Amino acid sequence: MHSFGYRLNALLTFSVTILALMCAIASLSDNLNTPSPSAEIQIMNINWFQKQPQGNDEVSLTMNISADLQSLFTWNTKQVFIFVAAEYETPKNSLNQVSLWDAIIPAKEHAKFWIHTSNKYRFVDQGNSLRGKEFNLTLHWHVMPKTGKMFADKIVMTGYNLPEEYR
Amino acid sequence: MIVTSALIIWKALMCITGSESPVVVVLSESMEPGFKRGDILFLHMSKEPIRAGEIVVFNVDGREIPIVHRVIKVHERQDTGEVDVLTKGDNNPGDDRLLYAQGQHWLQRQHIMGRAVGFLPYVGWVTIIMTEKPIIKYILIGALGLLVITSKD
Repeated sequence: MHSFGYRLNALLTFSVTILALMCAIASLSDNLNTPSPSAEIQIMNINWFQKQPQGNDEVSLTMNISADLQSLFTWNTKQVFIFVAAEYETPKNSLNQVSLWDAIIPAKEHAKFWIHTSNKYRFVDQGNSLRGKEFNLTLHWHVMPKTGKMFADKIVMTGYNLPEEYR
Repeated sequence: MIVTSALIIWKALMCITGSESPVVVVLSESMEPGFKRGDILFLHMSKEPIRAGEIVVFNVDGREIPIVHRVIKVHERQDTGEVDVLTKGDNNPGDDRLLYAQGQHWLQRQHIMGRAVGFLPYVGWVTIIMTEKPIIKYILIGALGLLVITSKD
């Protein structure tokens, strides 16, 4: 009953249970955090707007993105993944979400930023319904913890429009 | 003691998350620095529609190992509610079209096994070591078997 094997077994089970409990508590502590992020996106320029050979509309645009996401970070945060997506509706699709740009924020100090960039990923429609289209730009963030539950949320900014004609 | 409780936890996780395989091990570096090789991910599959930004686990026809990447594009049909989804690993330069089957440009709901909702670091290394060096798996099973046989309970 007191052999080495039994003691090792009991020790291992106990330590694994304690570790799991600690991870769970670390994750639960994230719920105490009430984030208050803010963001603003301006479209500086529509670089070009064409219909591709396969028949799909494509836009290239340049944006100013500024945000303050420092309140999302807790002691249990490993990184925050953010991306900007264009969201719009077309006759064919009730919802289209196209990611235009993303970044990884590794630490709280980098979470307040301003960037001037063209879209990292191609803004291509399924079809050619983009002329004169009104769309939203949403800044999504995904908080990836050191251990435990991941949180995600977004800010929706409305009122952006694409040109009526190709250029 | 350990084996039975591990089995109970596994089965309970399957019930709670409603998924065939509620836990996966991260095998590649395509989602670094968020997920590293050896981390394990907890999956959950709900009826909620698939939206951009979610980290999903999917199977490609012809590949046996599931892939865990982020959704970057969603196109949802007006009439049927079906979705076309494009994914990309955070650490990859390009999207996953190269990984999909020949001629496939989008993923649909049936390809997706679950969403990653939580994560534990390092714990999955046990599985990776056992897959890549099977001799360790045999030693472990042998030792466990020996323990069961020689215990006097």
